[in-house]
Amino acid sequence: MKVLIPGIAGLLARKVAVRLLAMGHEVIGIDPRGWPGVPAGIELHALDIRKRAAEDVFRRRRPDAVIHMATISALLADAEERYRINLGGTRAVFEHCATYGVRQMVFVGRHTYYGAGPDAPLYHSESEPPQELGSYPELADLVAADLYAANALWRLPALETVVLRVCYTLGPSAHGTLAGFLRGRFVPMVLGFDPLFQFMHEDDAAAAIVTALSAGLHGIYNVAGPQPLPLSVIAEEAGRRVLPLPEILLAAVLGRAGLPRLSRGALAHIKYPIVVDASLFRRDTGFAHRFDELTTVHTFSDAFPAGGRSSPVPMPG
Amino acid sequence: MPDDISARVDRLELPFDARGVDDYGVSKWHLGVVFRALAFLYRNYFHVKCTGLEHIPARGRAMLVGNHSGGIALDAAMVIASCFLELDPPRLAQGMAEKFINRFPFASTWTARCGQLTGLPQHAQRLLESDRLLMVFPEGARGTAKLWKERNSLVEFGTGFLRLALRTKAPIVPFAFLGGGDAIPTVTNLYKLGRMIGVPYLPVTPWLLPLPRPVPLSIHYGEPIRFEGTGSEDDDATQRQVDEVKARIAALIERGGQ
Repeated sequence: MKVLIPGIAGLLARKVAVRLLAMGHEVIGIDPRGWPGVPAGIELHALDIRKRAAEDVFRRRRPDAVIHMATISALLADAEERYRINLGGTRAVFEHCATYGVRQMVFVGRHTYYGAGPDAPLYHSESEPPQELGSYPELADLVAADLYAANALWRLPALETVVLRVCYTLGPSAHGTLAGFLRGRFVPMVLGFDPLFQFMHEDDAAAAIVTALSAGLHGIYNVAGPQPLPLSVIAEEAGRRVLPLPEILLAAVLGRAGLPRLSRGALAHIKYPIVVDASLFRRDTGFAHRFDELTTVHTFSDAFPAGGRSSPVPMPG
Repeated sequence: MPDDISARVDRLELPFDARGVDDYGVSKWHLGVVFRALAFLYRNYFHVKCTGLEHIPARGRAMLVGNHSGGIALDAAMVIASCFLELDPPRLAQGMAEKFINRFPFASTWTARCGQLTGLPQHAQRLLESDRLLMVFPEGARGTAKLWKERNSLVEFGTGFLRLALRTKAPIVPFAFLGGGDAIPTVTNLYKLGRMIGVPYLPVTPWLLPLPRPVPLSIHYGEPIRFEGTGSEDDDATQRQVDEVKARIAALIERGGQ
């Protein structure tokens, strides 16, 4: 199968690409960031997915399937840029898929779609709408991209679409939202709150995405691995020290003195859990994670012990 | 040296991982701390007497359904303690915490780590489908607001618990909790002041604060009730079944009070 991956330079996307290549698929990537040392056999186009040249790749190469991974989290760019990439880029990908006869689409979204709040259920099922969006407007573009992708399920019947809502990933690359939060020596917490965090090993996440493609899924699926853990336990297992601060004080010091940067709205995400029910995905694909929750944390902390100065892989930007 | 509380926590048949945390975030460490405090209150302060424990299934889903008694969640705490301290193997009764609790620092964490999830229908259904022991007070906040003179009465029951029992095919184990109204004799409730600090109301006792007196408490569990149905029956049919549960609890209250 000829598989095109927009956003291939991201760490998770690279793992997906390498797996697909090993399985004998033809892999094409589009990403303006490039991929130094890209494995032989992967065709890389250093392009912005929203530009004409990216459409040319669709027209000339006619992929069978697309795994859309060109979205970014709220922490990495300003609002306008996020909107352009997450919603504008997603729209462009779906339009090209429809125009050039792509048969299968895997949209890789995030479990943060559901939002965090005091009245939110602990385990979210796929049928639930996003919550607490008003208190965390930075998530709006990702939620909009997810909903846009989901409407392809009925709008583009010829395109077999699956929308994945993947939980946080963690692993030796020390890449991703949760790894970024745990990177420093101290893990800030809101005093009196210790939410469950749901995460899976980055290799398991890559395997799940490839599984979704291989299984030819159609619909919306939560993707998760082992059981969630309280943030304090994750920090402790990672050899970090927790720094519980009253919410007002924490909001003032985040992003300073080596503490991770978080928007004010994101504070809800370190007060309340976002945990998804991924039983549907497991049932329909037979997927099983390889790494349990503690091993996953240890693979991260072994590769990136507390006090480490830099990630072994540069952050995308 | 492990004490009896630690040993009981270890014997809880919950899927704890290597760190002693289950898939709902229930933590063995937190349970140990809380049950040490509850065991003192249960055994030495309130001298709780329990009857009918044999009606609680040793394993599998079940719904404990009873009356509120006392201005704060003393009833829930003692029911949870009875299932942990008296059953063999011990079971963790999981209640539906009032939504406001999750907004308060520390209370949010401790209720969650002890398995007392926010009162949402999704939580109740999921717990039962996971074969947990769910504790329900169908009187809701109206029940905890009962005044001393109303302490052995029952206010209106919601119907959600009954539909949930039918949907999940869970047996209902009725119970009566007695003495809470004497431990915390509410003379009035301050609703406006309560809302100002984010709680439904503040109970006022003759000594102002809702601190419980060391009066004897008792819990009486009745025979399980199983209803046939899907949970989508019309209101009249459901209400008849709710009334039947309510009558069973009223009878347990009357019998327990003699």
